[in-house]
Amino acid sequence: MASLVSHPDEVKVVTRRFGLGATNIDRYLELDGYKAVQKALGMDADAIINEVKNSGLRGRGGAGFSTGMKWSFVPKQSAKPKYVLCNGDESEPGTCKDRLIFEHDPHAVIEGVMIGGLAVGARSGYIYIRGEYRYLSIIMQKAIRDAYAKGFLGKNIFGSGRDFDIYWHGGAGAYEVGEESALMESLEGKRGIPRIRPPFPAVVGLWGGPTVINNAETLASVPHIMLGGAEWYAKIGPPKNGGTRLFCLSGNVAKPGVYELPMGYSLKKMIYEVGGGIPNGRSLKAVVPGGSSTPCLTADEIDINMDFDSVAKAGSMLGSGGVVVLDDQQCIVKFALRTMKFYQHESCGWCIPCREGTDWLKKTLIRFHSGGGVKKDIDNMQYLSENMLGRTFCPLGDAAAMPTIAFVKKFRKEFEDHLDGRPCPYEKAGVAEEMEALSH
Amino acid sequence: MADVTLTVDGKKVTAPAGTLLIEACKTVGIEVPSFCYYPNLSLQGACRMCLVKIEKMPKLQTACTTVISEGMIVTSDSEEIKQARKSMLEMLLGNHPLDCPVCDAGGECELQDMTFSYGAAESKFMEAKNHKDEQQWSPVVFFDRPRCILCYRCVRVCGEGMDVWALGVQNRGVSSIIAPNKEDHLECEECGMCIDICPVGALTSGAYRYKTRPWEMKHVGTICTHCGDGCKTTLGVRRADTGMEIVRGDNRDKSGTNGDFLCIKGRYAFDFANHEERLTQPLIRKEGKLTPATWEEAFQLIGKKFAEVRDRDGGSAIGVIGSTRTTNEESYLLSKFARMVLKTNNVDHHRTADFPAFAAALRGKADATASMADVFTAPAILLIGNDPTEQHPLLAWQIRNNVRLHRSRLYVINSQAIKLRRQATNFMQIPAGAEGKVAAFLAGDDAAADAIINSSSTKDQWNSLRDTLRGEQNLVIAFGSEILGSDLSSLVTFGSAIAGAKFVCLADYANSRGAADMGLYPDLLPGYHPISGSSEFHTEWGEIPQAAGLDLSGMVEAASTNKLKALYVVGSNPIGRLKIDSFAFSNSFVVVQDMFLTETAVVADVALPAANAYEKSGTFTNTCGDLQLVKKAGEVTGTKADFEMIVRIADAMGFDVRKLVPIGGGTHADMGQSRGAQSGEADRHAVWLEAHGLEPKLSPFDPMAILDEIQRLVPGYDVSRMNLLAGNSQHTSLAKAGPGVAHRPESISPANDTLFSSGTLGHYSRALKSVMESHEVKPAEVAAD
Ligand SMILES: Cc1cc2nc3c(=O)[nH]c(=O)nc-3n(C[C@H](O)[C@H](O)[C@H](O)COP(=O)(O)O)c2cc1C
Ligand code: SF4
Ligand code: SF4
Ligand code: SF4
Ligand code: SF4
Ligand code: FES
Repeated sequence: MASLVSHPDEVKVVTRRFGLGATNIDRYLELDGYKAVQKALGMDADAIINEVKNSGLRGRGGAGFSTGMKWSFVPKQSAKPKYVLCNGDESEPGTCKDRLIFEHDPHAVIEGVMIGGLAVGARSGYIYIRGEYRYLSIIMQKAIRDAYAKGFLGKNIFGSGRDFDIYWHGGAGAYEVGEESALMESLEGKRGIPRIRPPFPAVVGLWGGPTVINNAETLASVPHIMLGGAEWYAKIGPPKNGGTRLFCLSGNVAKPGVYELPMGYSLKKMIYEVGGGIPNGRSLKAVVPGGSSTPCLTADEIDINMDFDSVAKAGSMLGSGGVVVLDDQQCIVKFALRTMKFYQHESCGWCIPCREGTDWLKKTLIRFHSGGGVKKDIDNMQYLSENMLGRTFCPLGDAAAMPTIAFVKKFRKEFEDHLDGRPCPYEKAGVAEEMEALSH
Repeated sequence: MADVTLTVDGKKVTAPAGTLLIEACKTVGIEVPSFCYYPNLSLQGACRMCLVKIEKMPKLQTACTTVISEGMIVTSDSEEIKQARKSMLEMLLGNHPLDCPVCDAGGECELQDMTFSYGAAESKFMEAKNHKDEQQWSPVVFFDRPRCILCYRCVRVCGEGMDVWALGVQNRGVSSIIAPNKEDHLECEECGMCIDICPVGALTSGAYRYKTRPWEMKHVGTICTHCGDGCKTTLGVRRADTGMEIVRGDNRDKSGTNGDFLCIKGRYAFDFANHEERLTQPLIRKEGKLTPATWEEAFQLIGKKFAEVRDRDGGSAIGVIGSTRTTNEESYLLSKFARMVLKTNNVDHHRTADFPAFAAALRGKADATASMADVFTAPAILLIGNDPTEQHPLLAWQIRNNVRLHRSRLYVINSQAIKLRRQATNFMQIPAGAEGKVAAFLAGDDAAADAIINSSSTKDQWNSLRDTLRGEQNLVIAFGSEILGSDLSSLVTFGSAIAGAKFVCLADYANSRGAADMGLYPDLLPGYHPISGSSEFHTEWGEIPQAAGLDLSGMVEAASTNKLKALYVVGSNPIGRLKIDSFAFSNSFVVVQDMFLTETAVVADVALPAANAYEKSGTFTNTCGDLQLVKKAGEVTGTKADFEMIVRIADAMGFDVRKLVPIGGGTHADMGQSRGAQSGEADRHAVWLEAHGLEPKLSPFDPMAILDEIQRLVPGYDVSRMNLLAGNSQHTSLAKAGPGVAHRPESISPANDTLFSSGTLGHYSRALKSVMESHEVKPAEVAAD
């Protein structure tokens, strides 16, 4: 289990109950637990959706889509049952926040799913947990059982006359099933490959029914919005970027860990104050701001605010909140290789550009890093990535292409330094190994 | 559905709402490249070859998954798009073995064609290619992973099209691999559809691999010679020292009703033609032994003997058994020869359905028979008896895909839990042998209900099924040989009350229907005209015996009392197939025309080496009544078509063959046998000649001359000759057929063939044999008691 860190700049919303024993349902109740869903039971569906819309809550899974909007796309009438899914497949290297939520506050996820269900008119929800998080699924299972035992789940919840069921489901070890439509395939017992869209899940999702799918952090934020109010939540962050974000700070920082900071917090401050700066007297080379799929920022690009729009303006993405810091001793080629190994391994193989492209990039990078590179490789890697970008069946192909393009463009010199059989100038082990550990 | 108008490359395109962009493009001649898209199979969006630009969309979109919408503006060809396609090919080729010089698909490969079009000739990659060894999955299916481009067509055609679901994908990413259902091998219907649909050489066929290159073959589109469904199959033919060798059967020419479909028999079971036991010389029994002889000698002997018996004992001392696999022209000619020349009505064939009762029941009813194409489009289908998956693979394909693609309602009534029940809206299991009672019940005989109810059904269910069926429109009613005689007419009575209902009577062999239509019966002339009545045949054929002749069992009996002095068997094996004692005809003079020394041919006094349907021209009528052109793929040295042999025997008997084969007109001889269009295209030569009334029929061996007579005299066969020659199937009608005659139910004996058997012919197909062996379940070890 991960140990908790803290910093005075943190605004504890989602992490409020961390370390307070809230896995125990009675303790959770003492900490305002299950009040939000009871409040929601008294509201009509549109009111719930409006509240979430106004809060400025945007998806924490990576894309940052307005959660309230997403819920409003679900048709009111449907012949088939509707569903709410919690995406807890958290597998993006550099990202390790949902696991803390499951570990410390599982009932908040349950409550979030229930409120989502009330908002869209679903009567059941699924909590999908990454396969490797076995110990967390045990916590989650107990939480679900306890909620049933109290009558919070099942028939006639809180005496409201309404029914709601929640099931958990474990993954089998594929990053790709974090992609929403692949997750639905997986839940239906099939191979985890994505679906053709349209139709979108809000209209045709799990078992063909209208479905809302949200990240675990997104859903765990919802009860707090219901209790604290949209206005309060929205004001924590800059316009259109409501609330807080769990930033997973890792790599070459003095105090790595998961910090809950307001949206729009300065990246520079995050590295140098919250994270305690770069240890060992080294300096910053690059930052991956939002999980391994986001284009890296160089040391002189970090004067930005960490909200969806500002990071996008800087040419990258806030993504899943995984902030990976690289100091001047880290080899970018090796880091690019490590990243590509991950995507090559995780590509589901459905479409040509991702299946073949990641494999060629990986093979090329292995040879290149070990000193066998030739000049045209550098252009080829960029050519290949650019030809994958935007043309794959699902965004995993983009996730592999985007960082590669950034590495080659921003650190071309470092690639050139590997040419002509020269040994890697940064042979010392570094962040790439650490990432390897994190992704397992 | 309402129409939608969009613009593609500046052209206005109008197509029904719901049309896929890739299909809409086709209608204006714009071809969007694709690997994974395949019409009528589920969408994949996997190969990314079909990317196009749609205005207002930031990224390129797949034309194969995009549904057209009003006002859409599409660019299908730009530098960006060309580059996208090129790079997809580069990535594919990076891992592709490029063993084109030895690959079976070389020359017919979509990856080659695509590379040619989008020029990904220069390789950017230096890394080693991923390798995996080739695998054999069954006698007919081989898989070479390195060549596979993962388009998933094979997986879908096997699952969605065949409902077999034997193929799947294993592993992920670049390790993804198509895998068979039994770990290292297949247990399936061996249809080869997966091989046919594979755009590259990843799936290859055991029958064809490494045999030849596509450009070294002549491709002849003809009709399958096995079951009664009439699939069009394209034979790949090469010259060989035996005259010719068929090396491949497929349907690259998808112009038949069967479209993409062929079962194992149409695709691989052509190999009997080159079996080493094939007869290539006439044999005459001398001193008890069948001894090679010349054709002249054989015809003289037969002519002399037949004439002798006829003149001494009367024509009624001669029996004639025709074939269910010869052409209509041959069956008609045989029927005519028997009555006119041999003066006998002792004519029969291996009957597998009660067509005379069918014709009688449908008399006067226009549009009452369904074509094979109708089975794919009918809104509802009732199937009583039979197991089409085994016995009528094309019919089963039509039914399955009609249900899948058009949501047709299928009602299945069967004594077995046949596979098609999986597509059925309603499946009723009945006691074995109760099919006839079902017909009676449906026709309103409530008392029949008791006989059809079993533990799984109730009277209420049957009543409600009957009500539902009565409420259907344009229902196709297909039934097996279990229903005959008066039950058959009950069924027709029931169906005729349903608006637009049409029938299919299922018979087992490639030209079973033709044999019946052409009058290979002791008491019926072509078109189901009773021999004892009057018809055009009586006038045209002149003096023919008026009394009904003997059927097959009658002939056997007559032989046993020495009353059958001669027997002429054309392409049939009654001893092998119909449980007739091999000594039954010991005292008769027996002539057999066949490809092999079958159980019947070995007892012959003269055995004549016959050509099979792949070696001759003519027509076949499938079980639905669809008339189709049979085209000659080539000739095997030493054999003759049955047509020619019949004419030669008539000649040897001193008969004026012009009275048998009405020749005349035109300027060239023997065009019918030697013309053969390529790959099932229209035979332009013949079409043009026909259109100008110049089609030459100067030779007495030209089946077209008999086709003229058939079209003129046989009711329902007056279809468009032009369409027929162009390779289209032409549905015949029974509305104007003669009244037929009632036959004993025992005169019908179903072939009971399975997917992997095909009467006597099947014994000589290595492909079918090897598949049967590989499917044989090993008997469990017997426990000691
Ligand atoms: C390859 C891939 C992997 C993903 N993995 C996850 C994941 O592990 N967890 C997650 O919440 N979202 C993941 N997503 C995003 C989901 O598809 C989806 O957008 C998200 O669950 C929506 O929730 P949100 O709106 O709350 O962010 C992934 C997307 C892709 C393309
Ligand atoms: S981009 Fe294609 S191969 Fe890659 S994970 Fe998505 S669907 Fe699978
Ligand atoms: S041969 Fe036919 S049944 Fe067998 S795997 Fe191929 S498609 Fe499926
Ligand atoms: S074997 Fe052929 S049809 Fe099947 S996925 Fe591979 S390339 Fe496509
Ligand atoms: S379904 Fe019948 S006609 Fe078609 S290929 Fe098979 S055996 Fe031949
Ligand atoms: S044809 Fe459209 S993606 Fe393959």
